Amino acid sequence: MNILTLLEIVATADGDRVAIGDRAEGLTYARLLELADGAAARLGGGDRPVLYTGTATEVFPVALFAAARAGRPFAPLSYRLAADRLERQIRGQLPADLVGPKVTCDLVGADEGVRATPVEDLIGLAASGGAPAYAAPGDPEAAAVFLHTSGTTGDPKVAVLRHRHLTSYVLNATDLLSAGPDEAALMSVPPYHIAGIAGVLTNLYSGRRIVQLPDFDERAWVDLVREQDVTHAMVVPTMLARIVKVLQADGGGLPSLRHLSYGGGPMPAGLIRTALELLPHVDFVNGYGLTETTSSIAVLGPEEHRAALASGDPAVRRRLHSVGRPLPAVEMVVRDADGRDLPAGVRGELWVRGPQVSGEYARASLLDGEGWFRTRDAAWIDDAGYVFVEGRLDDVIVRGGENLSPGEIEDVLMEHPGVAEAVVYAVPDEQWGEAVAAAVVPRPGRQVGEKELKEWVAAHLRSSRVPAHVTFRETLPRNDLGKVLRRVLRAEHEAGRGGPQAG
Amino acid sequence: MSEAEFIVIRALAGDVDLRCGGVAVVAADAPVPDRPDLAGEVPDGTVAIGKRYTDESGRLEVLCTRSGAGRLSLGESELTVKAAKALPSSD
Repeated sequence: MNILTLLEIVATADGDRVAIGDRAEGLTYARLLELADGAAARLGGGDRPVLYTGTATEVFPVALFAAARAGRPFAPLSYRLAADRLERQIRGQLPADLVGPKVTCDLVGADEGVRATPVEDLIGLAASGGAPAYAAPGDPEAAAVFLHTSGTTGDPKVAVLRHRHLTSYVLNATDLLSAGPDEAALMSVPPYHIAGIAGVLTNLYSGRRIVQLPDFDERAWVDLVREQDVTHAMVVPTMLARIVKVLQADGGGLPSLRHLSYGGGPMPAGLIRTALELLPHVDFVNGYGLTETTSSIAVLGPEEHRAALASGDPAVRRRLHSVGRPLPAVEMVVRDADGRDLPAGVRGELWVRGPQVSGEYARASLLDGEGWFRTRDAAWIDDAGYVFVEGRLDDVIVRGGENLSPGEIEDVLMEHPGVAEAVVYAVPDEQWGEAVAAAVVPRPGRQVGEKELKEWVAAHLRSSRVPAHVTFRETLPRNDLGKVLRRVLRAEHEAGRGGPQAG
Repeated sequence: MSEAEFIVIRALAGDVDLRCGGVAVVAADAPVPDRPDLAGEVPDGTVAIGKRYTDESGRLEVLCTRSGAGRLSLGESELTVKAAKALPSSD
């Protein structure tokens, strides 16, 4: 099965429903399918990838489905990358077609293997072309999407998602036209993020109109929710933090919003509690997944959020900070460094298996013989099956043989009234092997000192968690989706102290 | 005859005797067989677009891509509809 079949099914069942855009003037499912046909005819068949460097406008789903129609992999690249890095990523996929703004179309010449179509021309060309003469290829093993992983702990890798990974995810997570005709989903993640791809497919198959915000801005996001009567939205934690500030300042609320899902990084404990209190009528869903697992593999649902918030039982309360339980088709286990299963409550590495789990990169599959993929995330599972993800395994601080989770210390630091943002990371230490370091952004107009913060952590956590080093900064280094780059902080620490030997 | 169309999502090994309304299904790109004995016959039941059907073993899975008359069966044994999921949307 090809991901295009998902669109064909919805177009057959309710072709006149608006798939994407404004409720009156948006593209219907039938029209989107016609444009995918026309764009596929323009792009032509073969196995060269279709690179996409545009933003999340309506051209994005047209290009995605056109690539699927032509049987070619779709490879969205980050338009936010510096020109030299983007050019390197384009060169890594040659020969290829490229759909993007003129500035990226000109990075690599036609004589070097790029056939470029300006992003603003694709829909016009698609509308004037007929459908390809051949049927859409149906091989579920064919590569559907190439995505660069975010690479917060190392160089980005190119993950390969096959048609069967994406269709399994959609069919196991959603039902055809299960959304009411009044439902609309606001998508503000870019096309090169797995949630950008998965969100198009699941919202489309469930019949929920997609409203796009190509460049996230919190004020524009709030305005669009109100103007378009948006009922559903997905955000990453840094977006939610900014949205909360806008709502607190303008007091207008979001009456149409029913459902807010979040994922793409650890959610600060204080932020989710604030958001739940600010939007009591909204269903919150935490989705946990990786690029290599085709979006969400575990979900904490609305009732679980409310139960955790209302419970007096600490074991239930802390589930607010879990990622919920695995999806029905997904298995998860926690294993030690030697690959042995660990019992409930013990932290190790999270392994995952299921029909949507790709675990595959260009030229290499990382699935083991039994289909398990090592997430490189540190996690533990409670006795009711709730999964607690504590961040990247590479970010765990090993201090004198004790494993410390940065997230636990960050949550405490961020509860301090003088702290706006905090990130905790490991630095080399002669005595302990690694020591705890914290980078802190103070709240505007607040004075907060190193000693005060160390005492604050000591009052809430065991003494081994108290940061040995605290630095104050105006901002934290983040990638373009808001993930903190601890490797940058580590490098600055080592540079500032004359190398790793200094303690 | 039935207008229903399907796509096999998970297949059993070897040839399978998949029927709709008791009549063997044909490949989408194959010519529709001439069956005067079935002219005007409308089988009981319906298969509905977007529904997934499985056999007893759960290893065969078929997705309906166009609704039509008839019931799906593997030989004589009827396939069952996979229950709708109540998963909250996470993207």
